[in-house]
Amino acid sequence: MATELITCSNLVKAYGRKTALAGVDLHIGRGKIVGLLGPNGSGKTTLIKLLCGLLRPSSGELLVDGAAPGVYTKSIISYLPDRMYFADWMNASDLLNFFQDFYKDFSREKAEGMCAALGINPGDRIKTMSKGTKEKLQLVLVMSRSAQLYLLDEPIAGVDPAARDFIMNTILTNYNENGTVLISTHLIADIERVLDEVVFLREGKVVRHDTVDNIRQTEGKSVDAVFREIFRTIPYGGEE
Amino acid sequence: MNWTLTDGRPIWVQLNEQLTLRIATGVYPRGSRMPTVRELAAEAGVNPNTMQRALSQLEADGLVVTNRTVGRTVTEDGEVLGSICLRLANQKMKEYLNSMAVLGFTRREAIELLEKMEDSTDGN
Repeated sequence: MATELITCSNLVKAYGRKTALAGVDLHIGRGKIVGLLGPNGSGKTTLIKLLCGLLRPSSGELLVDGAAPGVYTKSIISYLPDRMYFADWMNASDLLNFFQDFYKDFSREKAEGMCAALGINPGDRIKTMSKGTKEKLQLVLVMSRSAQLYLLDEPIAGVDPAARDFIMNTILTNYNENGTVLISTHLIADIERVLDEVVFLREGKVVRHDTVDNIRQTEGKSVDAVFREIFRTIPYGGEE
Repeated sequence: MNWTLTDGRPIWVQLNEQLTLRIATGVYPRGSRMPTVRELAAEAGVNPNTMQRALSQLEADGLVVTNRTVGRTVTEDGEVLGSICLRLANQKMKEYLNSMAVLGFTRREAIELLEKMEDSTDGN
């Protein structure tokens, strides 16, 4: 087991002429909850897709637990995509079966417990679920694995504030001490208190990587406020 | 008792203050076992590592003692607990005097006013 869970050196990803990641250097350890923050189009989803092996880097190096993305890294990564990818004729318990077949580290007991706590009925079809319920179910599946790296792409965007608290608590109480959780979001205020570290992405580059408490200490304000400052856009027609 | 966290100050510092207050006021009684890091973190909705840091400071202050077999317990040392209450009281007094100074009262006037204040019946 490598001590560093994620290592990126000069990682570049371009889609044709459009550069999504422009040389990312990033080192992330174990047992951490890390926020991946940045405005729309800053490269958050691209970085996550590279980590889970859905995309291949244009250049640069990327290691997860010391290995390049491949069969091994896929077995230790639990990924929550930014959109639902399940067939909508399935019901919740079909999906649990599906995950149980696919992943050795999936705990059915945990998943059933979380479904019950969230009020998700195992017999309900995905088609009949609300957007928020689908997101909750997807998160349940992802957090029921005992993975080393959880990649959560916008896990709380579509759910109500009460469910957000529940989801954050689910993440807090279910990740394991060896594992790291990487959460991409722009709803910083809601998740700030559960994060160890934050990574600020801007135009495909890491502009800041620090612990939440260091930022609060040195800046004298919340990470949310710092984010708004760094990424402030001048309103159209406004003056500087 | 709820956890309130404000912006702009390190989270672990605020957690430490609130844990200290809880010990001083007997929410966690003298000699009792403290909840685990995970329990406290879940209750406050914060990262376990941050809670751990707050607890380490309590330990450094001598307020909690870590014991191999029973885990973390609140100290039974009356002196330590007494000095903590005093420290918290000092803070409150300073806050009072500072806000009175803003209103234009001298230290002496502030103290006199405090002595003259009628006991409020509603207990606030």
